[in-house]
Amino acid sequence: MTSILIAGVGGQGTLLASRILGNVALKKGFDVKVSEVHGMSQRGGSVLTYVRFSETEVFSPIIDEGGADILLAFEELEAARAVNYLKKGGLAIVSAQRINPLPVTTGVAEYPENSLEIIRSKSAEVVSVDALGIAKEAGNVKTVNVALIGVLASSVDVGITKEEWLDTLTETIPERLLEVNLKAFELGYDHKNYKKL
Amino acid sequence: MSRQLMLGNEALARGAYEACVRFASSYPGTPSTEITEYLSRYEPVKTEWAPNEKTAVESAIGASIAGARALSAMKHVGLNVAADPLFTASYTGVNGGLVICVADDPGMHSSQNEQDSRHYARASKTLMLEPSDSEECRLFVKKAFELSEIYDTPVLLRLTTRVAHSRSLAQTRPREELPLKLYKKDPGKYIMMPAMARVRHGIVEERITKLISLANDCDLNLIENNNRSVGIMASGICYQYAKEALGDSVSYLKLGMVYPLPDGLIKEFCSLVDVCYVLEELDPYIEEHCKNLGINNIIGKEKFSLLGEYNSKIVRTVVLGKESEETDDNSSLNDLPGRPPMLCPGCPHRNIFESIKVAIPDIIVTGDIGCYTLAALPPIGMLDTCVCMGASVGMAHGILKVDPGRAGKVVAVLGDSTFIHSGITGLINAVYNDSPITVVILDNSTTGMTGHQDNPATGRNLKGDPAVKLDLKKLCRSVGVRRVVIADPYDKSFGEIVKSELEALEPSVVIAQRPCVLLKSKNR
Repeated sequence: MTSILIAGVGGQGTLLASRILGNVALKKGFDVKVSEVHGMSQRGGSVLTYVRFSETEVFSPIIDEGGADILLAFEELEAARAVNYLKKGGLAIVSAQRINPLPVTTGVAEYPENSLEIIRSKSAEVVSVDALGIAKEAGNVKTVNVALIGVLASSVDVGITKEEWLDTLTETIPERLLEVNLKAFELGYDHKNYKKL
Repeated sequence: MSRQLMLGNEALARGAYEACVRFASSYPGTPSTEITEYLSRYEPVKTEWAPNEKTAVESAIGASIAGARALSAMKHVGLNVAADPLFTASYTGVNGGLVICVADDPGMHSSQNEQDSRHYARASKTLMLEPSDSEECRLFVKKAFELSEIYDTPVLLRLTTRVAHSRSLAQTRPREELPLKLYKKDPGKYIMMPAMARVRHGIVEERITKLISLANDCDLNLIENNNRSVGIMASGICYQYAKEALGDSVSYLKLGMVYPLPDGLIKEFCSLVDVCYVLEELDPYIEEHCKNLGINNIIGKEKFSLLGEYNSKIVRTVVLGKESEETDDNSSLNDLPGRPPMLCPGCPHRNIFESIKVAIPDIIVTGDIGCYTLAALPPIGMLDTCVCMGASVGMAHGILKVDPGRAGKVVAVLGDSTFIHSGITGLINAVYNDSPITVVILDNSTTGMTGHQDNPATGRNLKGDPAVKLDLKKLCRSVGVRRVVIADPYDKSFGEIVKSELEALEPSVVIAQRPCVLLKSKNR
């Protein structure tokens, strides 16, 4: 059983990431469940999406606290907020992006500088990556989600080959946006060699 | 046939299509909206957005009586609006199968209350099925149409957010081609005035007796025999949580039909197991039924919450008594700044509230259901109330009736779709009963919160085709409002415009016209 929690801010494109993850698992012949949240919380609020797949039957579509193998976070604060969902020793892939929440923009609170330390203190492994920079280099800021999928694909073995990821992207993403997304995936896949331009 | 990863709502639409549904009419509402949106992609199905759920269900009843399989989908609170036609359609029964899908929202991801719609099935004496994943959504809606026709009853199909908005594997089958059933004039069945309704009520009660035997003996309700020291009785998503937590280590009674409940099967199951946990989010609906049957080895709400969603961890903790083995100290996470949802950058609603705040500091703003409810939160903090669709208008009227000294200081604010849904009746009331309210209609040319559905004022229908555009200004004038102003939400003096309308001390409407910013980027 592989449980991946996607954490982000409404409007960041987390739903497409969950669809790609769901589709790649389907391609492998795994049983899959994905749980999304639509509606009010999408309006710039914290959004959690759950992806679970396994060779055996998957029952619950949601991940309990302490149940995620991988946390795929689109934003640092949201990564810290969701870390209690991660298993001990789980992997957190964190986009180094910061989006100020309302209490910060209105001066009621400060953006926590120690998000990554909070995650590490939960004995999780952290891969921090400039996914926004990668997406810009690929040619479209909206490819952050696919860049992060690329990071995931090369950072952890979930039983899926690179070719299977690429095939799934080709099948899931509309043709006119495919090239830029494939580039974002490749840059994310090779993120260890990525140097900001 | 290959399996696809489908949203529960998508699979439900697929199943309805396969069952030869011909007509669907709905009003959008999270988490039910995609049912009708996916249905609209199937060419042979006539699909519509109605102004509200009552109209939607009435249209579906008409289609059913005309001989077609018909469907309406709504969120839980939508069924309150549609309860009136539902309760009497239970008496008339159907001609073509009639299925009403209702999506509850435990945890209130996007709702104003946490009501449990299962009570409606019992109260309306109909029939209710509850699927637990996408494939069951597809299969159960087909079963629902069949049962509707066999037992001559509307059938409710209940979803919760985690079924409606989860993707899991579902199959597809071709559409079954069914002819339109013959319509026969039948006053005893379709005209519910006292003499006929008295007869029909007897038929309804007989129908329930028949449905209970069906419930005891159909493949919707199943016992899974494993270890008999613990039994789990559950339906919908709770069944999945239990299977996740406990696997094959306990026995199960999975209920796919939640009204009427299978009395015989429930008694049999509870006698097989030492103790039976009734696992149901929200109200003790199944539990109370078991207690009424005299069953005393059940455990329900004394261990499980009446509030919010469950998950497999809750099940594990209660049933296995494992008091959360890894009680990590997560208090440091509580100090993190929250990220509440908020109005989008550039949202036309923003300036409306900001400028009213400046122009009329001591104003009461009765709010309504839509994105603009977010104006209740800081830093705007400009709403005094939010109850239900259209309530802003009626509530402003009520305030002014008992406290006339507040005249000029009470404004009702609601969206274009919400106004058409049920704000217009409140406005007619305010004019008729003479109160000096000012209503601000936030006309952003869409139904924003639920994901940009068209409505009668947008000039497009659900299929995206041009439609007659409701003229909100003319509508307001026609009900007797003499002062109707159209204003730009971006206008710095917007608050002053509202102020001068309030000071006129007669019913007035300010229509704030500017498209939703997301709509613009979507169309670009």
